Amino acid sequence: MKYFEDIRIGDIDTLGSHLFTAEAIKSFAARFDPQPFHMDEEAAKRTHFGALCASGWHTVSQWMRCMIDHRRLADEAQRARGEPVAKNGPSPGIRDNKWLKPVYAGDTIAFASEVIDRRELPHRPGWGLITVRNTGTNQHGDLVLSFIASEFIERLPQE
Amino acid sequence: MSDPKLYFEDFAVGEVNTYGTRIVTREEIVAFAAEFDPQPMHLDEEAARLSLLGGLAASGWHTCALMMRIICDGFVLDTASMGSPGVDEVKWLAPVRPGDSLSVRATVLETRASNSKPDRGFVIFRYDVLAGDTMVMTMKTALMAERRPAGAAT
Repeated sequence: MKYFEDIRIGDIDTLGSHLFTAEAIKSFAARFDPQPFHMDEEAAKRTHFGALCASGWHTVSQWMRCMIDHRRLADEAQRARGEPVAKNGPSPGIRDNKWLKPVYAGDTIAFASEVIDRRELPHRPGWGLITVRNTGTNQHGDLVLSFIASEFIERLPQE
Repeated sequence: MSDPKLYFEDFAVGEVNTYGTRIVTREEIVAFAAEFDPQPMHLDEEAARLSLLGGLAASGWHTCALMMRIICDGFVLDTASMGSPGVDEVKWLAPVRPGDSLSVRATVLETRASNSKPDRGFVIFRYDVLAGDTMVMTMKTALMAERRPAGAAT
């Protein structure tokens, strides 16, 4: 993780992609979102979705996993170059989350993240707040997910 | 699957219902984090204590998923649901800790029949997720629901 001072508006990270299998879709749905179109191929066929598709919460949770895996690799590369790695804090929230198209069983979704704002926090010394637009795109090039998130990022230590 | 009991027409602006509760265990917090959000503040007590969260806390996405399960069991599975186009806003207001008892207070903010598709409408909800008396998350989102077909039981 870069320090807040090294993050620029317009920075884009490609976060990798993920294949959504029918098994994983049903496993997530059975725990958290057991609506018929997320649980059963035959039932899904009879709905407006037309086929088994992932819970939107599964899609965004998988975005998170890809983001963390990407960040870990980037952190390792920073350490290998002898650079210090910044800490991140929790996210206060997200907005404008759009599930633009269904994520069907067998779809591979490529996730990306673009920095759209950065703010210093006078009342929280040591931390800055960045805002990113996150997207998921399927193997046909269709945007399936878009949302705006913010996150606390550590500032460069003051000497 | 049994026939849905609730259609678009059955949701009234201003209606408030509370669903749950559900106890969140340490095991499920760690299991969700290991699968989807493997950050130390969601996985490890000691690392979490040193983080801004000040102790082990659920991933915000886990709270979203648990909210979804509570409203599924509360009313969504009895509704002619067509899914959701998205979420206007999610605010994670306070950490969800092991042992917290979660409930969801659902308020109907607005109902809007689809202009382009006569078979459906949108019900805009605010969902407040409470751990005991503390609001830990609030969300504004739409549920897309089928309109009541002619001849369906009311």
